[in-house]
Amino acid sequence: MSIEVRNLIKRFGSFTALDGVDLKVENGELLALLGPSGSGKTTLLRIIAGLDWPDEGEVAFNGEDALARGARERNVGFVFQHYALFRHMTVFENVAFGLRVQPRAVRKNEAGIRARVKELLDLVQLDWLADHYPNQLSGGQRQRIALARALAIEPRILLLDEPFGALDAKVRKELRKWLRSLHREINLTSIFVTHDQEEALEVANRLVVMDKGRIEQIGSPGDIYDNPASAFVHGFIGESIVLPVEVAEGSVRFGGSLLNIAPDGAACGASKLFVRRHEMAVGPSGSGVFEGTVHHVRSFGPVQRAEVALAGGEVIEIDAPRGKELHAGDTVGLQPRRYRIFAA
Amino acid sequence: MGLTLTWLSVIVLIPLAGLFLRTLELSPEQFWSILSSRRTLNALRISFGLAFAAACVNLVMGTIIVWALVRYRFPGRRLFDAIVDVPFALPTAVAGVALTALFAEKGWLGAPLAELGVKVAFTPIGIFVAMVFIGIPFVVRTVQPVLLDLDPEIEEAAACLGANRWHTIVRVILPSLTPALLTGLALAFARAVGEYGSVIFIAGNLPNVSEIAPLLIVIRLSEFRYADATAIAVVMLVVSFVIIFAVNRLQRWARSRIPAD
Repeated sequence: MSIEVRNLIKRFGSFTALDGVDLKVENGELLALLGPSGSGKTTLLRIIAGLDWPDEGEVAFNGEDALARGARERNVGFVFQHYALFRHMTVFENVAFGLRVQPRAVRKNEAGIRARVKELLDLVQLDWLADHYPNQLSGGQRQRIALARALAIEPRILLLDEPFGALDAKVRKELRKWLRSLHREINLTSIFVTHDQEEALEVANRLVVMDKGRIEQIGSPGDIYDNPASAFVHGFIGESIVLPVEVAEGSVRFGGSLLNIAPDGAACGASKLFVRRHEMAVGPSGSGVFEGTVHHVRSFGPVQRAEVALAGGEVIEIDAPRGKELHAGDTVGLQPRRYRIFAA
Repeated sequence: MGLTLTWLSVIVLIPLAGLFLRTLELSPEQFWSILSSRRTLNALRISFGLAFAAACVNLVMGTIIVWALVRYRFPGRRLFDAIVDVPFALPTAVAGVALTALFAEKGWLGAPLAELGVKVAFTPIGIFVAMVFIGIPFVVRTVQPVLLDLDPEIEEAAACLGANRWHTIVRVILPSLTPALLTGLALAFARAVGEYGSVIFIAGNLPNVSEIAPLLIVIRLSEFRYADATAIAVVMLVVSFVIIFAVNRLQRWARSRIPAD
């Protein structure tokens, strides 16, 4: 099912959580809402679920108004960060809950409910835990049960609010992969909220980057990484070197001296130069637009991460390939291979 | 360990043992005749029956009060939260005098009720009212921390799964609160059974009608019939113990279904 959100505004007192959000989610898509805390991503998700109501704007499912209905009638699967399992019920009863509270006319009989719960527990690969209580489960298992419970009612869309936020790093990685393959299997329109860029880049087909209640950029993970639309997105997604520069007619100045790079259409005035750490080429002194002294080098895996103090005093971190080892005290020239300039 | 046992013995066990020893001065026939006398039976029935009824009312009303205190933000909430403790803190005699004045035939509440033909003060209804008054904080204070701890997200989860308000309350919220509710019920009941001060002012203390068992004990003591008094006391003790034990089992059963995190 497709979801369309138009000009959504939500205020909590004087705080504007959503400031005119427009978004269209295609049928079968796995979309990530990414942003720092307070960016409005969870509020947006809760409004789509019917757990919160916007002050202005529209939400439509398959073209029909969703705001006319409450959470209970929207047929939306919602997965909470802290699982929100019913702790007085077994895993089986947790998953069966949505089926047991259906109106009598459409409710399955006991055998039908058992079959459906079994099917879902098999789907999340936890059928052997059916008689356990939630507190006897690990965090990862609890979240899979919460997902099975949400899927029991055959929801039209699936919403996940920081589903892996409370789990440790290793479990989180496993569950990410598992969620992606599960999505391939059931192909349900899904939105998940996260503040973890790695998670968003890895799981989603499409990414929505949010900040301060607004959408900053929408695109594929690769697209957003390579062509960030704003200074915020460049800084938030991936590691960046940020330097203050002054843009004038056709020239870029850094700390008073002219840099031999084009402003690329950036507006005149105080600006910021963004370069990815690995896109700063390191050469001998005099070979680049920046001069610097290596302070400190840490080598691991395929890269050596060097802390370089520039002539103006700024200290930046760069990732250079292994092979030509850098040493503390070296004087180097730095040349950005790719860069972006945004107004400060 | 040693200290705990010594202290418990001195404070609790030795007085209880003394109680039983006193009763042993009676022959079984005497013991039985004291207990089966009409006045004793009626006093016990009034004490336990009304205490149980009051505890049940407190369970329902206490749950509603605690729900409002925890889940809603309204002006004066903190004041109301403090007022709940008044029956804890108030000397029972003061409570008794206040309730009697309020429910007497000329009292603020007594007068309109009298017009409806309901007499509260100096009747069993008065005892019941006093027991409700002193029992309410037990339910509220036992359930409050558990409800505070209950994640509102589980209600949202239930709603997303299609549960209406009734299903959410009956299948999700109340079962999560059951152990705390039973504890509150037991405490309110125990307090009401043992209540003396506030009840005797409002009860009227007519033998067989509105005379509670603790009062009968006091009367027997004042008549120097110590063995009679202790016999009634032993029965109260045993019955209370059995009831508390039963509630405890219920609690354990309920809690075993919600193992603590």
